[in-house]
Amino acid sequence: MFGTSQKLNDLLAKLLFFSIVLLAFSACRQKQENTEAKAALAISPDNEGIKVPDGFGVIKVADSLGAPRHIAVNSNGAIYLKLRKPIDGEGVLYLEDQDGDGIADTKKGFGDYGGTGIYIDESYLYTSSDEEIFRYKLDANGEVTEPSNPDTLVTNLVSYRTHATKSFTLDGDGNIYVNIGAYSNACQEEDRTLGSPGVMPCAILDSAGGIWQFRADKFKQSYAEGKRYATGLRNVVGLDWNFQLNKLVVTQHGRDQLNTLYPDLFDQKTSANLPAETMYIIDDGDDAGWPYIYYDHYQNKKILSPEYGGDGKKTAGENAIDPVATFPAHIAPNALLFYTGEMFPEEYRNGAFIAFHGSWNRAPEKQEGYLVAFVPFKDGKPSGDWQVFADGFAGVEKVSSPSEAKHRPTGLAQGPDGSLYVSDDSGGTLFRIVYTKE
Amino acid sequence: MVNDRLLKDTIPGFLFALAAIVLFYSCNSSDKKNEASSKTEIPNVSKTTPKAKPPPYIAEGKKVYRQVCLTCHQANGGGVPGLNPPLIKTDYVLGDKSNLLEIIIKGSEAELARDKSEYANVMQGYGMLGDEEIANVASYIRNSFGNKADPITPREVAAYRSSIKN
Repeated sequence: MFGTSQKLNDLLAKLLFFSIVLLAFSACRQKQENTEAKAALAISPDNEGIKVPDGFGVIKVADSLGAPRHIAVNSNGAIYLKLRKPIDGEGVLYLEDQDGDGIADTKKGFGDYGGTGIYIDESYLYTSSDEEIFRYKLDANGEVTEPSNPDTLVTNLVSYRTHATKSFTLDGDGNIYVNIGAYSNACQEEDRTLGSPGVMPCAILDSAGGIWQFRADKFKQSYAEGKRYATGLRNVVGLDWNFQLNKLVVTQHGRDQLNTLYPDLFDQKTSANLPAETMYIIDDGDDAGWPYIYYDHYQNKKILSPEYGGDGKKTAGENAIDPVATFPAHIAPNALLFYTGEMFPEEYRNGAFIAFHGSWNRAPEKQEGYLVAFVPFKDGKPSGDWQVFADGFAGVEKVSSPSEAKHRPTGLAQGPDGSLYVSDDSGGTLFRIVYTKE
Repeated sequence: MVNDRLLKDTIPGFLFALAAIVLFYSCNSSDKKNEASSKTEIPNVSKTTPKAKPPPYIAEGKKVYRQVCLTCHQANGGGVPGLNPPLIKTDYVLGDKSNLLEIIIKGSEAELARDKSEYANVMQGYGMLGDEEIANVASYIRNSFGNKADPITPREVAAYRSSIKN
């Protein structure tokens, strides 16, 4: 009886030992598989329907994100997204990819306000609502330490329904540059109203329609503490600091509705193709001419706005700066990023990526521009025409109305490895574009 | 966590879809019954209705729509997310006629339109259009893009105008 029990115990002990060995072995294997997976990025077999140049691939980092606007990536590759509207009281999302396959595994959120702007440096995350700019301290891993306790850097910026978003960037020298969009299409007495004349001088320019400069280390600044750095810009959503030039570069959303407001001067087709969307290199004190002029990229001229007596031919704006690049009308440049990464081929280095949101004001002509464009730069100046970099975000061959588009590019960010991230505020998706050739 | 959330989001979504399918089929079959019963009651009307010409306000209203509404509200009536409100199956288009007339005549100054503040663009009032033009475009909007509602008559437009004058 006793002997049998001893044997049984021995057997059990051996069994236990073997199972531990087996367990350890399989755990090891598991770990090895994990390490192997870490090297492989989960590039979508069909690039999520996005057309990219040969050698590039697209990863769907996350979806169902609501309406992500501008985005920022920290030095560990974790991603912050600013949401247009908070979801469950969270207006900033933080995504992490634990296993290195490129797909986000964890999502956290904070900040109970909607907005567009976001920016990151080594020490802080900066975000904006439609009236304020906030700053959050980061720890050594690039993670926000006190999500419910940001510093308010800028406050009380004007915000009406039109062009309310506050995009911004920093210059690496302690200054913030924020777009305060004009709350008007063309500074008419009655906005977007047939026959209503332009206000002279346009009073909106006192508090909007330009870029304001603030300090990145002072609290509760408003107009009195800031400076109007550039004026005559209708609405800038995409802007970035160019560190080669050490200058601010902005992209402007050109005016709408030439035909609906001035049917005698502009037919529907002309109105769909005018004016140009524009890129400007900005110096302190520059004036880009809104609302008195618009840029006609067919005549390559600054044309007097019809609200101020223009007829589509009369030129004006002699003191206004010229754009350094122009794009098709109404396609809405929503983000600008100068590429400084090593991953993409040489020709992309220091060039400008632009996320175009896609048009609505071309109707009844078909809508265009749901894409990411690229402008090559040399010595801080565009060195060639703009080109389509990534296209097909709309997901349909012909977009007759923006509500048909599956995705609309809105934000851009560069990862620490040189990947290009693209946010989509229509489908709620975050894409990552990588170069896969050696 | 993303995946967990996705899963949590998907399951109710799936149930919802299932419920929607069941509901769709049951609704559809009851619709068919109604059609069938109405056919037996008034056979003359149902025979002529499918071949009937669209009422004149469709063509006339479309002209006005293309001229003044289409750029912002789009050819499909879907509007522009965040900028211009949609006209498809909404209470402000299909509900009380005075709601739609108020927006057309006063523009986004209308109390109802101001409440829809998630749309950023301003709309001008079109009170300068004639009663018939307003009636046509309002009736066209109420019976296009999948909408179906009573047309609005020029007399109703005139009555609305005098009601806001007082």
